[in-house]
Amino acid sequence: MMTLSLALRNLLRNRRRSLATLLAMAIGSTSILLFGGYSTNINYTMHTEYVQTGGHLQIQHRDFYLYGSGNPTAYGIADYAQIIAAIQSDEVLRGMVLVATPTLQFGGIAGNYAASVSRTIIGNGFVAEDINRMRRWNDFNLRSASPAFALEGAAADAAIVGTGVARVLQLCDALKIARCPKPEKEPKPDGKALPDDIAQLSLQEVPAAAAGAGSGARRIEVLAGNSKGAPNVTSLEVIRAEEQGFKELDEVYVMMHLAKTQQLIYGKSPPKVTSIILQLRHSDQIPAAMARLTPILTRFSATQPLAVLDFRTLNPFYVQTVQLFDTIFGFIFALIGAIVLFTVSNTMNTAVVERTVEIGTLRAVGLRRGGIRRLFVTEGALLGLCGAVLGVVLALLLAGVSNQMGLTWSAPGSVEPLPLTLRVWGETGMILGTTFGLICIAVLSAWWPAYRAAQLNVVDALRHV
Amino acid sequence: MTDQTTSQSGSQGPVAVLTQVEKTYHMDSISVPVIKGVDILVRHACFTVLLGPSGSGKTTLLNMIGCIDRPDKGEIIVADCKVGDLNDDALSDFRAKNIGFIFQNFNLLPVLSAYENIEYPLLLAGASAKKRGDRVPKLLDAVGLGDKAKNLPGQLSGGQRQRVAIARALARKPKLVIADEPTANLDSQTGAAILNLMRRMVERYQISFLFSSHDPEVIKAADDTIFLKDGTIRGIRRKGQEDAS
Repeated sequence: MMTLSLALRNLLRNRRRSLATLLAMAIGSTSILLFGGYSTNINYTMHTEYVQTGGHLQIQHRDFYLYGSGNPTAYGIADYAQIIAAIQSDEVLRGMVLVATPTLQFGGIAGNYAASVSRTIIGNGFVAEDINRMRRWNDFNLRSASPAFALEGAAADAAIVGTGVARVLQLCDALKIARCPKPEKEPKPDGKALPDDIAQLSLQEVPAAAAGAGSGARRIEVLAGNSKGAPNVTSLEVIRAEEQGFKELDEVYVMMHLAKTQQLIYGKSPPKVTSIILQLRHSDQIPAAMARLTPILTRFSATQPLAVLDFRTLNPFYVQTVQLFDTIFGFIFALIGAIVLFTVSNTMNTAVVERTVEIGTLRAVGLRRGGIRRLFVTEGALLGLCGAVLGVVLALLLAGVSNQMGLTWSAPGSVEPLPLTLRVWGETGMILGTTFGLICIAVLSAWWPAYRAAQLNVVDALRHV
Repeated sequence: MTDQTTSQSGSQGPVAVLTQVEKTYHMDSISVPVIKGVDILVRHACFTVLLGPSGSGKTTLLNMIGCIDRPDKGEIIVADCKVGDLNDDALSDFRAKNIGFIFQNFNLLPVLSAYENIEYPLLLAGASAKKRGDRVPKLLDAVGLGDKAKNLPGQLSGGQRQRVAIARALARKPKLVIADEPTANLDSQTGAAILNLMRRMVERYQISFLFSSHDPEVIKAADDTIFLKDGTIRGIRRKGQEDAS
């Protein structure tokens, strides 16, 4: 108690120097926490987006993830309805699983006959009601809400395409897509250059629908190989175009009803799906849910090897982004830690020099070397604690002000600008980790000056001028 | 014991006994012998003064008797303990229990009040709050600073600071108080008052005081005076007696 009181008074003795050290630490701590808050928000935003669109877990054919993309015939899951029923009737999983929904992915070609254009696509069949339920997942209480999935309640042949698909298939006018560039047309030879009868024929070949914007102008045909290897075609009405974030995905993505997709791929054969998406109440339930799923899936694995993949495995970009921000956070922490280390060390070294006679006096009246070490280390720890706490308070204030300013940012892979939220409040682990880390650094920086002070020869210390 | 040693007095044994003590300082390649085979006996409850010119080795001798420095050769016994056998921690504990220090520059802890400065050695000893509460006010009263308990050293005059230092030195009822020129930084009137106070403390608490000083008033007040020159004892005078040497 005496050591603590003495250390505190010694710090107050040279207020200006202590304050400068405290401010250096506080600014460092604030910077770490604000960046941590920003990084956490990115993590939560991406996490939420991936869980909203693809769930926490997906049950797939064992090899679908690596080899089966675009080949639903070879890697489809039969009996998927029974698997979903088994999951929903399991007393443990029932409490964890919010949504269990099948999905079917395939590769094919989409064409707009009226505009004489086509392109390869990746098609996905969903149960629209389930997708809308999944989009309501918001375990991190983000301020932004996902738009409703437009396929719910839409006609059986309705489809949603990426804006890139709409652009390539020249559906922009029909779908009223703003900022949709059109290809520059090559100059056509006018009719005078042609013989009259040929020019007349050419004009008759221009499809009437290409110029109009009626529902006929939104129809596309999708071609895919069916389960027997034969090509199959279905006609879809595009009801909406949604930007997919990444250009590569945006130019190939087509979403449609699961039933329509199964009809396209499997015809009258028993329908299958490529994945069963499971969305859990909370992300930390993933290990428990996976463990619980294993025996259930074993029952269905006799003819089709099944595997459960979590959303991190399915979305390596998410993991890479989080790792990138963690690395930057670690780098910033190390940088600021080094500054704190030298600042506190400098302050304590100066204190030792200034108080050399005092150290000699304390030793003469009977304080052991350990007592001297404790005194200076306690001063360092107090500096660390006060600086870190001040930093936390500053970070909370600045984050609060920033969050109220309505700033926005665009997350990687996200389309809509998102509210810029610095998540400091509530991030107890980050706050305690940063505080404890800085205190440790402060103690470490005080240790060497404290050791030097304790090793001083008493006579030399008392003679010090 | 050589003929240069003061004799033991009273029923109590000597507080400090030095036998053939030597000390040499080494500065780069130069060795400077400061104390050369000194034998001293410091009597119980006596006012002993080390007298000698600058560089004679007074402070070095005080430091070794005060257990903050070690001799190169010879033996030092303080309060019946061979202090040469103690390690650093044991020596610290020994100082805390048996030796009080009064410095020329007072050396009070500037962040502690007069009360807390006196209380500090008791805290080091782990004395209970009750014991500290009893002892410190008595010491403050004894040195005439009962009304200055809450003052920081910066709010006290030189004489008052030295009074606090005396009270701090006496806090744990040590066997020996070492004082290195305690009146050197005080005016003659204050110095005389401090000397008088220390004299009273010797009588009141039956503690031995060992000084180094040039002050004739200090020498006049001393029971024993040890004359030191060039690291050797040149003479010892006991009050009311002829030179021992």
